[in-house]
Amino acid sequence: MNGIPILSLITFLPVIGMILILFMPSKMAREIKITSLIITFLQIILAAILLSNFNYSAGGIYEASSFQFVEKFQWIKITGLSWIGTVKVDYFLGADGISLPMLLLTALVSFIAVISSWSINKSVKGFFALFLLLDTGMMGVFVALDFFLFYVFWELMLLPMYFLIGIWGGPRKEYAAIKFFIYTLFGSVFMLLVMIALYFSASETLADGTTVFTFNLLTLMDPTNYTTNGILSPLNPNNYRLAAYIALFVGFAIKIPMFPFHTWLPDAHVEAPTPISVILAGVLLKMGTYGILRISFPIFPEITKDLSYYIALFGVINIIYGALVALAQKDFKKLIAYSSVSHMGYVLLGMASMSTTGITGAIFQMFNHGTITAMLFLIVGVIYDRAHTRDINSFGGLANKMPVYTFFVTIAFFAAIGLPSLSGFISEALVFVGAFGVEEIRVLTMIGTLGILLGAAYMLWTLQRIFFGEFNKKWDDVLTDITFREYAMFIPLTIIIVFLGIYPSAMLDIMNASVNSLVEFLAKNAQGFTLSGM
Amino acid sequence: MSEFTNINLSLIVLLLPLFGFFIVLFFGKKFPKLYLAEVGIITLAFILSLVIGYSKLSTYLHQDILFSFTWIDFGNVPNLGNLHVDLGIKIDNLTVIMLFVVNLISMLVHIYSIAYMKDDSRYSRYFAYLGIFTFSMLGIVLTDNLLMMYIFWELVGLSSYLLIGFWYEKQSASDAGKKAFLTNRVGDIGMFIGILVLFTNYKSFSFDFIYAQIASGNLPFGSEAWLTAAGILVFLGAVGKSAQFPLHVWLPDAMEGPTPVSALIHAATMVAAGVYLVARIFVMLTADAMLVIAVVGAVTSLFAATIALTQNDIKKVLAYSTVSQLGYMVMALGVGAYTFAFFHLVTHAFFKACLFLGSGSVIHSMHHEQDIREMGGLKKKMPITYYTFLISTLAISGIPLTSGFLSKDGILAGTLAFGQLTGHWLIPIIGFSVAFLTAFYMFRLVILTFHGSPRNHHKYEHAHESPFVMVMPLVVLSTLSIFFWYTPNPISPDASWFTSNWITTPQTVVPKSASFDFMINESVESSSHNSHEEIIHSEKYTHAMHWAHYPAMIMSLIVAGLGILLAFTMYQWKKISPDKIADSVKALYKGSLNKWYVDEIYAKSFIGGTIKLGDILSWFDKWIIDGIVNGSAYVTKVFSKISGLFDAYVVDGLVNGTALFSGFVGFNFKKLQTGKVQTYIVLVVFSIIVLFFIIGPF
Repeated sequence: MNGIPILSLITFLPVIGMILILFMPSKMAREIKITSLIITFLQIILAAILLSNFNYSAGGIYEASSFQFVEKFQWIKITGLSWIGTVKVDYFLGADGISLPMLLLTALVSFIAVISSWSINKSVKGFFALFLLLDTGMMGVFVALDFFLFYVFWELMLLPMYFLIGIWGGPRKEYAAIKFFIYTLFGSVFMLLVMIALYFSASETLADGTTVFTFNLLTLMDPTNYTTNGILSPLNPNNYRLAAYIALFVGFAIKIPMFPFHTWLPDAHVEAPTPISVILAGVLLKMGTYGILRISFPIFPEITKDLSYYIALFGVINIIYGALVALAQKDFKKLIAYSSVSHMGYVLLGMASMSTTGITGAIFQMFNHGTITAMLFLIVGVIYDRAHTRDINSFGGLANKMPVYTFFVTIAFFAAIGLPSLSGFISEALVFVGAFGVEEIRVLTMIGTLGILLGAAYMLWTLQRIFFGEFNKKWDDVLTDITFREYAMFIPLTIIIVFLGIYPSAMLDIMNASVNSLVEFLAKNAQGFTLSGM
Repeated sequence: MSEFTNINLSLIVLLLPLFGFFIVLFFGKKFPKLYLAEVGIITLAFILSLVIGYSKLSTYLHQDILFSFTWIDFGNVPNLGNLHVDLGIKIDNLTVIMLFVVNLISMLVHIYSIAYMKDDSRYSRYFAYLGIFTFSMLGIVLTDNLLMMYIFWELVGLSSYLLIGFWYEKQSASDAGKKAFLTNRVGDIGMFIGILVLFTNYKSFSFDFIYAQIASGNLPFGSEAWLTAAGILVFLGAVGKSAQFPLHVWLPDAMEGPTPVSALIHAATMVAAGVYLVARIFVMLTADAMLVIAVVGAVTSLFAATIALTQNDIKKVLAYSTVSQLGYMVMALGVGAYTFAFFHLVTHAFFKACLFLGSGSVIHSMHHEQDIREMGGLKKKMPITYYTFLISTLAISGIPLTSGFLSKDGILAGTLAFGQLTGHWLIPIIGFSVAFLTAFYMFRLVILTFHGSPRNHHKYEHAHESPFVMVMPLVVLSTLSIFFWYTPNPISPDASWFTSNWITTPQTVVPKSASFDFMINESVESSSHNSHEEIIHSEKYTHAMHWAHYPAMIMSLIVAGLGILLAFTMYQWKKISPDKIADSVKALYKGSLNKWYVDEIYAKSFIGGTIKLGDILSWFDKWIIDGIVNGSAYVTKVFSKISGLFDAYVVDGLVNGTALFSGFVGFNFKKLQTGKVQTYIVLVVFSIIVLFFIIGPF
């Protein structure tokens, strides 16, 4: 892959598509959709190229040399700013075993979401332009290795999302959109503060010998780069690293979403159109946990270690609380939204273990939740498109009326329940294996296993209420089995869910070297930095 | 045959039903005859399992055939070293016997279903489900590790769920399927945590590896307590799957599924998987764990038997009898009667499958009538069904010349020996009481169903013997309930090749201090490859078993005879009125009839509680958490409104005020600016004078 900026391509390809679409007249709705489809399909091809050129043994994480597909050049440089000196931001992209699964997921989910967007008829041009911009934001977050750049992508994704919910959403779309926007922005403010504080705490030496502050994440991970009196410097006895960690964590936690910052999610999901729900659950939530793994963990390993019990605690709260609240929902989509809260709890629990099995499970769970929940939201979309209601109790007996649909639903539901032979089982099991191995969080882990019971409870209950029993004649005309387009959305997801359930190594091997490298790095640095370590 | 061939054949046996599942599921609609392929596939699997069984028992009698591969490789994990997750197959004598039992019954049930399910609208799908069930069950049988056990454990749970709820249009059927899955999950969580304990300590799921570690003194978390806990936790999986108290509630409801399914899954094979699991972990059970298992088994067997006494649904009686018999097997493992527990698993599989298929034959001919109060006199109409049912009933009651006599007698002798060795006499007492109750309620069932005169003449008129494909399995299974398949000596199980050659109690790996002393064999090294049983046990245990043998046999015959006699007195000869007895112990009768209200208690406590908690948390989420969010948004809004007002009136007021003030000043003072120099001069002079006056004193 020498010389081809493949990560830039995969990131900015959607922007090219967006520009194309902006030049197309708005009455060419079909062409606009096809353009988007092609763009996202090309993205999948690029992701496949990434995968086939990926070096499985390279760790990445903290080591610039073992990152792959790296693109790095100076982006912004302002010199001579009184006391700040030089402001320098790098355009620094790279992939490792943690980001590649997310890139694959983003490409896949975006493509599926475009297929799902085919039924959008309201200002198609605007929708797809914003959609593609969102795509770029998501990709960018997963490839950025410079905090400033990461932040730019993070914020970039916010705006299209706001409009996509606010314009194409349901009855309470304005409320949901503004809630999403302000909540995320609230988190971003913390992130921004920590980012700036980190910037002034560490520095790197340029080729010409001058020392400048930096947003480079890899530089920030190395304790030797910190200045002795920087406010977030581990060498500074009066540092504010704990406060910064919590602030940054809150910024990410909102995105996950972690209890008690989760209430934007059900509203956003319920109001968002189906493809946007798919993107939201499939990719956006992962940005929170990805951020923690990519930034919080390696930059603040010793605090991660200190707070790992609380991360696990919140993970378990998410698992149990999300499941219990899901149990009480009457709205199909809200139920799935709360199941996301529950399933993202596994990710937190797995990360908190700081062990290879746990973190592997967490990343794999991020991927699997992406595919499984995307499928679940598509499933809600199918029924909502036809019946225009999501009230679980108004259905019944769909199994006979829509057998093929029921087949896919059963697979998705059982994948969400964590049935072995489907991908969700492997990731949940690995999370538990990893977390159980850590003595401090062992009891929490045992409590967390209740989630697999509660998950089965709300899923099977839903399956029963919607698909079993007597068919409600009211829907006789509208509820028809799935169309070709819907097949096209379900089949790839189903294949991936089943394939990864049987042969998980296909995904686990990608992340393995990086996870081991991260775990080793954390273990080495979690005891706190000492001067002798310099 | 080489080991390699055996492994390959067993993989083929495992995957054949899965293949059947896929082709019938995806192409069954287009080719409605495809179910025959599934029947053929299972028949082939059965034949192959016979081949493997013969090869194993003749060539590799004392040698396990192993095969494993790395499924997930974590590479060189920091602080741990190499970590990988292996899957694999282990073929020992237990495995090949189970392969035979599962494939045989599955094949018979497939054949039986051809007629039984004929008019069903989802005929093909039914056979597909049978296929995936058989696949999952064979997985449990073949595995050499706990992870694969758990994987297939859940998959049989799935197929059970699908088949219980097969007629999902009926609310009761889909309820029952859900209940079965969730109740099993409760036990599975325990099992999963048990597996986590073992994996955390040994970094392996393999049975053999874990046992080798324990044997070498490496206990989980270094303590015997954790070893006990691990055993009990894994056992919880069996509590769910084998419907042990207090998780037995799902099995009677599972009778909502088609009757052949009840025979295959909920009587003969899947529910016995729990017993199989306990047999697999038997060697790591500490004395405390075994005692817990024995007590759970004993309580279950008695509890279920008391319920079976009063049930009127033919399938419910059989379901509770299954729960009770599974309790028997679990109890047998708990008291250390390993071989007889497994022996009973096999004999029970045959006669209980026969009983269920027999009940299906009755139900089929009675047009889906399941209430035995509506039956009676069917003996004349359905002779083959009757005699096969009778043989199986004799077997489950433990009458000599049947297989049940041999296995039951062994279990009872085991409990007696256990009582003598440990002083836990309550367990044999329960064992014999259950034997009495079993004989009674089973004969009550036979008499009410087949004997006497018909109570519903209309239905009786239409009753008929079932077609060949349905009675053939009955004949095969009832034949398998006769002693000569298992031993040449009809009254002594000790002479059986089954319990003396094929299945021997494995040597425990538990440290001496945590084990029953009778489980430890002093001379294990010299005897580990000896083909005679009993030496695995201590002298003491052998003596106790010998001592218990005849008393157990005599007493079991007496209690069974009494039970049968009582059943005839009450229901055949009507010398004692069942209603009068029911009246005289009304509370007990109602308790038994209502299954001791366990379902009601669960509905009120756990299920109701969870749903209530969900509602409360949902309210909390909506009004408190989101209330805070919206509240802070509201406060911000109010605050911004106030700032808005402040801005409009105070800040802007100031600005405007200033402007106004300057205007006012300007207006009034413009008169000063006349443009006339004289006026300015006058003002200047005047000002200077004023200044002089002010500053003057200085």
